[in-house]
Amino acid sequence: MSFWSLVGRGSLINRAGRLGRSIVVITLTFWSATVPHAQPTAHPPDTIEARMLACAACHGPQGQGTNNDYFPRLAGKPAGYLLNQLVAFRDGRRRYPPMNYLLEYLPEAYLRQMADYLAALRPPPLPQAATEVGPALLTRGRELVTEGDPGHGVPACARCHGPTFTGMEPAIPGLVGLHASYISAQLGAWRYGTRTAAAPDCMQIVASSLTENDVSAVAAWLASLPIPSDPSPAARGALSMPLPCGSEPN
Amino acid sequence: MPSIWQTLSLAIPLAFGLVASLPPSARADQQAEIAEGEYLARAGDCIACHTVPDGALFAGGLPMLTPFGTLYSSNISPDPATGIGKWSADDFYRTMHQGRFPDGGLIYPAMPFPSYTKVTRKDCDAIYAYLRSVPPVRQPNRPNDLRFPFNNRSLILGWRTLFFQEGEYKPDPSKSAEWNRGAYLVEGLGHCAMCHSPINALGGSPESKAFEGGLIPMQNWYAPSLTSNKEAGLGEWNIKEITDLLRTGISHRGAVYGPMAEVTFDSLQYLNDADVHAMAVYLKSLSEGSPPATEVSSIPAPESSLLLNFGQTTYQTHCASCHAPDGRGMPPEYPPLAGNPSIQMQSAVNPIRMVLNGGFPPGTAGNPKPYGMPPFAQLLSDDEVAAVVTYIRAAWGNRGAPVSAREANRLRTAPLD
Repeated sequence: MSFWSLVGRGSLINRAGRLGRSIVVITLTFWSATVPHAQPTAHPPDTIEARMLACAACHGPQGQGTNNDYFPRLAGKPAGYLLNQLVAFRDGRRRYPPMNYLLEYLPEAYLRQMADYLAALRPPPLPQAATEVGPALLTRGRELVTEGDPGHGVPACARCHGPTFTGMEPAIPGLVGLHASYISAQLGAWRYGTRTAAAPDCMQIVASSLTENDVSAVAAWLASLPIPSDPSPAARGALSMPLPCGSEPN
Repeated sequence: MPSIWQTLSLAIPLAFGLVASLPPSARADQQAEIAEGEYLARAGDCIACHTVPDGALFAGGLPMLTPFGTLYSSNISPDPATGIGKWSADDFYRTMHQGRFPDGGLIYPAMPFPSYTKVTRKDCDAIYAYLRSVPPVRQPNRPNDLRFPFNNRSLILGWRTLFFQEGEYKPDPSKSAEWNRGAYLVEGLGHCAMCHSPINALGGSPESKAFEGGLIPMQNWYAPSLTSNKEAGLGEWNIKEITDLLRTGISHRGAVYGPMAEVTFDSLQYLNDADVHAMAVYLKSLSEGSPPATEVSSIPAPESSLLLNFGQTTYQTHCASCHAPDGRGMPPEYPPLAGNPSIQMQSAVNPIRMVLNGGFPPGTAGNPKPYGMPPFAQLLSDDEVAAVVTYIRAAWGNRGAPVSAREANRLRTAPLD
């Protein structure tokens, strides 16, 4: 059935009679007249947001993350941290083939602009997934995150990542708004060397001091925390760090 | 009477001339040769194989996967113990020209000496001078890891008999100087035939098949034919479209992606206007006379109409906001799909991989902040990938054959590095 036969038989258009047909004809003429000429001059917006649409499919249009367990929230993390990760993915120091592939031929100036853009975003938090672990594991997680395990050389996460876990400028990431699976995957990646940072690689040291159970506990507890009303990272040097980190000069 | 500044401006270069071992004019010549050598090393893209990402310049060690095992690129920095610090200009020329180490040993043809043999002695000397000028890096070469029988270097002799023809580029007097310059760069330093030729089971690209396209071994990308207008033949493109593509990575006809993004990023963006123009003139001439893409759409089988309908829905949902409902894209930022030969080639590997992996064109001086395409591997099922690729291959007058979910699935595990 052709479009014109539809126009001819459509009850609404029949009722409207000749006027309706004229409108259809005018509309079609308008399209055929404008589309071919408008198209060649159409360009996407000259904005960093439009340039980074490739990131939205996995990290959300505002960098808020998605319901996928393994794609992290990026919005509001310190720009220095984000830049370090973009460069590490590009150069292969952090291994995740889809990211390595996307960033392989991008210059640092552009990556810096991406990092600055994401760091300034403040989207509302996503609904949190319900915790699936038992109370004992959550208690262990809270202990490790807030007090550490001094007997095993594990400092409290809060010492560097801040009392509300929003990170610290310029390069310590926030830990809230992330899925438990993502956090445990990162701690695992540090232990097995597929994620590395500038020496001294403090997180490699910390992650290696955790047991498998500790990793699950820390991930579950951090994932259960709400994003605070002010998700901004602490100012540079606001926290005195218990061990030196190559990516956070202080 | 000359002012103090005029006197000083004369005295300072003179002082340098006295201090240095060479007279000023010779030093200037040497600096010019090094600069020329750096430019030519860019044209030859030495860095792509002889430098690992984030590693020391020209220290080698990059693993190169081949169907026969893994080769590691060599240290070509001027370190005397582990690099080419003890090589003479003659040694360097012999390596480029004959594919032999200074001691006569045979080089695996992963090094594109079948192309570099066409480079002139003068250009080889300039590249040699440049390589001598970069910082030496002490890094021993890593032994290759090839399976039996390919670990026997004498096999290379057989390969050479079949595929290697030694000799500098001979200009074609019936063509313009510009065409010849383009041919010299494309066939020689550019070593385009390394990928844009069918690779046969013996790992060679016979001269008669040069530029006819082929699947790049191990990488699972298809390097399109440069001689057929049905693939990447550029016979129908205008010169500006070709130079834009080569040097900035994007154009009104399409963008570079996959392994070609690296070529633009590491090499082509650094070439001057005249050379890129010459390459474009030559590349365009390669496919002149090849039949243009026919507009007759191959009638899809009844079952593929379903695929097409499903593909159209998927396209409108995920692709049309950038590539436009009519497939015209928003060139040059978002490439057109209608009439884009890269999508319609007999091999559907590239469009399937673009959908799965997405990608950014390279960030170049001419396009420093490219617009990116998201990967869809995590979002679309094999059926959806097959449907949308079938649709873009057949819509808007395109005439590529349908693809199956099985083909889409197979490419999910294709290497990304």
